[in-house]
Amino acid sequence: MLLIVGTVPDETFPLTIGPPALEGADMIINGIRVPVNRGTPALVGAVLAACQVLGQIPVTTALVGDIGTGKGSRKLYEHLSRELSGIAPTTLAFHYLQPDVDWHNKILFAAEEMKKRPVLIADAGFMYAAKMSGQAPNYDLFTPDVGELSFLADETAPHPFYTRGFILHQDNQVPDLIARAYEYKNGARHLLVKGSVDYVVADGEITGRISNPAAEAMEAMGGTGDTLTGLACALIESGKSIPEACRIAARVNRMAGVYANPTPASQVMDIILQIPKALARVLEDPNTDVRLDTKE
Amino acid sequence: MFKRVFHLFNRTQKDLSRKVKEDLGILVFENTSEVIQAENFLKSRGWEIKVMGPPPGIQSGCDLVIQFPLIEKLMLTRQLEEAGLPPLEVVPVTHPLLNPVDLFHTKDFGDYLMVRAANMKITIEKKTKCIVNISGGGCPDVPYLACEMVGRHLNEAPRPGKIGHTLCGYALELAHQEMIRQCS
Repeated sequence: MLLIVGTVPDETFPLTIGPPALEGADMIINGIRVPVNRGTPALVGAVLAACQVLGQIPVTTALVGDIGTGKGSRKLYEHLSRELSGIAPTTLAFHYLQPDVDWHNKILFAAEEMKKRPVLIADAGFMYAAKMSGQAPNYDLFTPDVGELSFLADETAPHPFYTRGFILHQDNQVPDLIARAYEYKNGARHLLVKGSVDYVVADGEITGRISNPAAEAMEAMGGTGDTLTGLACALIESGKSIPEACRIAARVNRMAGVYANPTPASQVMDIILQIPKALARVLEDPNTDVRLDTKE
Repeated sequence: MFKRVFHLFNRTQKDLSRKVKEDLGILVFENTSEVIQAENFLKSRGWEIKVMGPPPGIQSGCDLVIQFPLIEKLMLTRQLEEAGLPPLEVVPVTHPLLNPVDLFHTKDFGDYLMVRAANMKITIEKKTKCIVNISGGGCPDVPYLACEMVGRHLNEAPRPGKIGHTLCGYALELAHQEMIRQCS
């Protein structure tokens, strides 16, 4: 089972654990409706869209409302540190959570104590905490964008906000940043680096570069990184190896972007709606050229 | 010659170290929005202060602090208290502080303009000055800020510095300020 742990930008949203369903532009969990706009709901939306093609892989969410005060995240951390072994996920993805090193360590300890250790994936705030704790190599997959990769490459930065300028300037030198992240043991076993070129990395070695197709406007859109992480999570849970899941996810996310024909004002649901078509196409022919499809 | 340069370098280092240890203090607040309010208040009163990252070991609920000349501690804290912005702690600086990111990246999409500060991006439609997207970041106030700001005019949207709580929120505040500067 894939367990997605994250937050919803609504303080009143209670700690909720249950399987999600997609209905129009909303996600429904235990009868509670949440708009799929960005953040963890966007990641879940991408997973559910992928399930329309992959079949019904078991998916559960552990969500809580948090608008940045950290109160909700701490409540969720506390609950998971007690209950994680009972949920027994096979793939465990952490997303928009308040970075908190102490709670991170408790959760990681709980995951590693499980009878069968799940595949551990960290993105967004939880990835920040994983790096800060010095435990990055214990994760199976991080999914940083280029700015967050710079943060992983800066051994002194406790948050991307403090990434030093000489590292931030290396926007076009992603391979150097990857090498530096691993040199300081701040890389997970695998990385999926999101950007104008998506990089698939295993144990510090770049094993894939995906740059086509490309919809430039996606850089400005909130949530497109979340959908990419969601696709990787779904593909890993469906049985793909981590590098293969990352390669397929990158291609599908790009293709869904091109199908949506977005502008910088487009919203992520436009991409999510195109995921089933893009995923079916990539699974059918991994080398398909989307430029032919757009003429259909 | 080498000895003279070494001596000069060494003296500069000692002076810097002395300055850090003896001259500067930091104000620690509960959260980022309080830091921003205090920053705005103090700057409007002409105080020479800087928002910085705390040194390791500072126990606080916040990852931003305000650096100030320690000699002014009494007057500065009194003014903050009168303004209803009392800091949690006032601590002398004993280690170099982390510098927040100060680089902005601007991308022109034709009808749209995007500004990035650290890991946060804000995009507006040029014609209407309407915020059309907010992306990046990883703290849980990012989706909240996006909900509150997207679809609003750049000058009428709530300020991330007022309603955000985290470093991502602060980075978005900087990007928002830079966008306003570029559009004015």
